[in-house]
Amino acid sequence: MTQENYLLRGLTLPDGSKSDIEIRNGKISALSTSIAKSEEVIEVDLSGSVALPGLVDLHTHLREPGKEDAETVLSGSMAAAKGGFVAVSAMANTSPVADTAGVVEQVYALGQSAGFVDVFPIGAVTRGLLGEHLSEIGAMADSRARVRIFSDDGNCVFDPLVMRRALEYVKKFDGVIAQHAQEPRLTIDAQMNEGEISSRLGLKGWPAVAEEAIIARDVLIADHVKSRLHICHLTTSGGVEIIRWAKARGIDVTAEVTPHHLLLTDERALSYDPIYKVNPPLRTQRDVEALREGLADGTIDIVATDHAPHPAEAKEVEWQEAAFGMLGLESALSIINQTMVATGLMSWEAVADRMSYAPARIGRYADHGQEIAVGNVANLSVINPTQSMRVDRDRVASRSRNTPFHGMELQGVVTATFFRGSPTYLNGKLTSQGDE
Amino acid sequence: MKHLLSINDLSKAEAISILDTAQEMARVSDGPMKKLPTLRGRTIVNLFAEDSTRTRISFEAAAKRLSADVINFSAKGSSISKGESLKDTAQTLQAMGADAVIIRHGASGAAQRLADSRWMSGAVINAGDGTHEHPSQALLDAFTIRKHLSKGASDLSGLRVAIVGDVLHSRVARSNVLLLAKLGAQVVLVAPPTLLPVGVESWPCAISYDLDAVIDNVDAVMMLRIQMERMSELFFPSAREYSRYFGLNSDRIRALKPDAIVMHPGPMNRGLEITADAADGARSVIVEQVANGVSIRMAVLYLLLAGNQEIGATL
Repeated sequence: MTQENYLLRGLTLPDGSKSDIEIRNGKISALSTSIAKSEEVIEVDLSGSVALPGLVDLHTHLREPGKEDAETVLSGSMAAAKGGFVAVSAMANTSPVADTAGVVEQVYALGQSAGFVDVFPIGAVTRGLLGEHLSEIGAMADSRARVRIFSDDGNCVFDPLVMRRALEYVKKFDGVIAQHAQEPRLTIDAQMNEGEISSRLGLKGWPAVAEEAIIARDVLIADHVKSRLHICHLTTSGGVEIIRWAKARGIDVTAEVTPHHLLLTDERALSYDPIYKVNPPLRTQRDVEALREGLADGTIDIVATDHAPHPAEAKEVEWQEAAFGMLGLESALSIINQTMVATGLMSWEAVADRMSYAPARIGRYADHGQEIAVGNVANLSVINPTQSMRVDRDRVASRSRNTPFHGMELQGVVTATFFRGSPTYLNGKLTSQGDE
Repeated sequence: MKHLLSINDLSKAEAISILDTAQEMARVSDGPMKKLPTLRGRTIVNLFAEDSTRTRISFEAAAKRLSADVINFSAKGSSISKGESLKDTAQTLQAMGADAVIIRHGASGAAQRLADSRWMSGAVINAGDGTHEHPSQALLDAFTIRKHLSKGASDLSGLRVAIVGDVLHSRVARSNVLLLAKLGAQVVLVAPPTLLPVGVESWPCAISYDLDAVIDNVDAVMMLRIQMERMSELFFPSAREYSRYFGLNSDRIRALKPDAIVMHPGPMNRGLEITADAADGARSVIVEQVANGVSIRMAVLYLLLAGNQEIGATL
């Protein structure tokens, strides 16, 4: 199949300059406001939109293999493309667990044949996510999936000796341990943020200290063994302070924040509607503000969605019976626009860094996170920041409907996604660029 | 008022109106003909997903005295024990034409889930949800306190009430703090720090760790049940130490003000949070609380299901 060539008109680049973008043979071939249209290019008017380097999400749950009723690599890839992403990392808590080369190669291959985004599997740190024995880290790193991120996400690597060994071992592969920071003894049966709201609702608390204690421990271990540590879904103001302190000391730590933790607070639990039940939990307004500040000043390196699809029956129950997690891919960029850009906290250049350059760097995803420049692979996310959209759970690309933003008006609409030079999402239509 | 899920659903005036209506209902119960025809032909379901004796019987008696048809649906031997979801149970009850569902459930928020969902359209009455609330218990406690101590006032202004024990796991404490404060009483929670929730400082009440510093200065003391398994969960070192600091015994009874009353929502753990002589002594209104429970629940059912009928018309 020969690839079409494109001329995208009327865009603003992350640095604020106006430019059209010409794409030939999958690469950016010209950038200026006066590109003449030639016969063989398809012209697309994207006036009013901002072009960003293709977004990379280091934290998704695509549920395949094992929970295909909630999501598949294909449906999750479509949701990603619709949200402006060109690469996603798929967490290891599938069934079977992604703790062998076989599973990660399968997930990688499913992503390639789906053809909407690159799907980079994350390998489990420990066998079966049980926190006891290291999984086949080397085999996964050397496999065709070239795994560099290892995480037991969903579970904390709690045993400090296991964490130390994992951090040491991945140095051989230039890998990174992505920690789900949750002290298990302080969070037995935990349901929501521990504080005023949980005290009134009679729901068991998930205290901020349970997150912060693990972050503090692990930055010190990472410092001691001189390895790379990544903290998943930071949610507390105290956690932001610890990361800031660690970075000032030169510790090689990175951190992520989810769009939902930048927008929603634990007051949502007052409805007892488990659509708002997520792990780590929604925190307080003070935490939301600290997270926004941390993302703006670079203490928090990246935005990651923690996209966690669940079938209806996992949420249509009492709060304490419900599954943790919410959809994130399709609404992420709108929420970042609304909470960070429209508020003046961050520039589009900073968004490009937090959602493309930095995540690609952490995951060592070589073809991703490249600037919009002539000669680079044409991975692009295009957003109209002034348009708004009403989130409708019945119109998501994901196989599940558990979005906490249903009915909300979000500012910013993804208008196009180009993956290796071809549109995976354009004019409201998803198109596979896969080999099938 | 369509449902009774939380004390937060009630204004002060509505709460007082429930207490006043309960007073009328008590007169009916004391009379020769204990039954009112008010809810004839209405169906009320007792949905008890968690074991309970006194609350279920109390609601059942209240509904029957108002001539409603009562269906009891309890966890043991029902579809709930077979893993049926709350949604499916609710839809079943809806299909059977339940006008009201009285729900007791182990999950905090279960009553609100039932009311907010579109699974059923009838009234929902929270008869205790997890460690959240138990509003009809708080109403009967306020009714009991008012009867003994308010000197004819319709609210509880100026009265001091101590609630003692496992506040953390107590739905009775949560509802009582909200209601008693709403009615003008000053509430003090007395508990070991381990059994007070983080965030309790935002509640409309005072906090103490010292029962002896509080006991001689309150008009009512409400003891909460302590479950033995809390000990293995590290909330306190031993039953003996708990009783020594927080138990109601004859020494502490003697320290009470002359007209102060002793309350307990039951079931009691005699010898742990309350000694037998404190539970059975002259200050105790514990048995009367049970009787008042029926009147309060009659009032709640009446106001929810027949609210626009004049109570006098049916008397």
